[in-house]
Amino acid sequence: MIYADNAATTKMSASAIETMTKIVEETWGNPSSLYSVGQRAKEVLEEAREDVAKIIGAEPREIIFTSGGSEADNQAIRSAAEIGRKKGKTHIISTKFEHHAVLHTLERLRKEGFDITLLDVHENGLVVPEEVAAAIRDDTCLVTIMFANNEIGTIQPIRKIGEICRGKGVIFHTDAVQAIAHVPINVKEDNIDMLSASAHKFHGPKGVGFLYVKNGIPLTNLIEGGAQERGKRAGTENVPAIAAMATALKEAFCKMTDNNARLTAARDRIIAGLSEIPHSALNGDSISRLPGNVNFCFEGIEGESLLLLLDDKGIQASSGSACTSGSLDPSHVLLAIGRVHDVAHGSLRLSLGEDITDEEVEYIIKSVREVVEHLRSFSPVWRDLCAGKSEFILP
Amino acid sequence: MALYSEKVMDHFRNPRNVGVIEDADGVGEVGNAKCGDIMKMYLKIEDDMIKDVKFETFGCGSAIASSSMATELIKGKPVADAMNLTNEAVAEALDGLPGYKMHCSLLAEQAIHAALDDYKKRNEAK
Repeated sequence: MIYADNAATTKMSASAIETMTKIVEETWGNPSSLYSVGQRAKEVLEEAREDVAKIIGAEPREIIFTSGGSEADNQAIRSAAEIGRKKGKTHIISTKFEHHAVLHTLERLRKEGFDITLLDVHENGLVVPEEVAAAIRDDTCLVTIMFANNEIGTIQPIRKIGEICRGKGVIFHTDAVQAIAHVPINVKEDNIDMLSASAHKFHGPKGVGFLYVKNGIPLTNLIEGGAQERGKRAGTENVPAIAAMATALKEAFCKMTDNNARLTAARDRIIAGLSEIPHSALNGDSISRLPGNVNFCFEGIEGESLLLLLDDKGIQASSGSACTSGSLDPSHVLLAIGRVHDVAHGSLRLSLGEDITDEEVEYIIKSVREVVEHLRSFSPVWRDLCAGKSEFILP
Repeated sequence: MALYSEKVMDHFRNPRNVGVIEDADGVGEVGNAKCGDIMKMYLKIEDDMIKDVKFETFGCGSAIASSSMATELIKGKPVADAMNLTNEAVAEALDGLPGYKMHCSLLAEQAIHAALDDYKKRNEAK
């Protein structure tokens, strides 16, 4: 089996499993208890906080552990909105292709009276920093732009955007769920005020993540209760998962340079191989792109069929087709980069794992070619295109 | 639990009656690429019997399986029976479809009805 859906989730690493098991068995106390079993758990928790902080260039007190990326996104945006509201600033800037954890939170704020600007991400899936600068107004309280897109993997000019926001005194949040441990990130050098991350995207456990928030930015609680996490996120801490997240992050960070070199080579070989399929196109910029992300549209076929047949061949991937989501519209990300519905339905995302081999790369190329050809062989859309009854959209 | 029944997967992996009938007596096409599903049915009719049927489909697994099953259900049957084909019958023959995929079986029903309408129209013209 070739698991090529690492942007959806990753398999936990052996060392993260070991940490988690060890803590579950040995350090099961409540970190809020004053006796030794609890205090040992407290030590584990604070050690994890130090590790996570160090890796992204933050201070330990700037890290809040959450249930994952979505919670971190929600809390970051809610908090910045609250700060803005108190000052009469109710304008927020984001992009059209953010994760729904961001877009739906912004939609809620819009209903509460906020003015939301969603910037264009252009055909290459990249935000233009000058357009961020031009969109900032006197009443802008937040700019939230993802570090790397979850579907097409495009890496945004975060440092530049952060610099612009810093210069105009606007809080800058980035959803770094897909980027962390794949792209070098330093919150100070990159001018980031808030950052969201999720452990299961870098071989840690599910249900845990963190929010980095720069010293001096007050957070609004999503969950009220005890005084955990400096009183900003109530609930007894998930110590085993948090410790395993720190282990996974350290490991992924140490291996990042080596992994990225191998992943980038595999990615570019697959992109070259799939580009040979007629009337297909890579989605998103080919250079400013996550090392393991390949995303293509194939004209004349539908994505769910493609995924099912690839699964039969032992390849697990995903698609932005409407049929895979249960909605009528294909991926909002593909629509945001200008793909029309007809073509967006025929998309394929491969997010490679670090252990991918050269043989697997060749097998993926061969399999995708076969499946696309098979599905086109009885597609009425493809027949009409080939007969000249309708015009090809992709070259 | 898999998304689809074994029968759906069988008809998806090995679709029956795939292709085109060049001298078809009736052709029907429904759906649109914008929504991600298009089905095209070709009928060969003799003595009020469905002598042959072929299909082409652009769509998801259940759309392909529904087309395949629908052709199997009407092949060799009287035209009157084919007219009475319902999407429920297609879905049932596939051992069920997930709720949000029922529209795929409806498209199969509509594609066959469209091909039969085309056949009738051509006959009236004669």
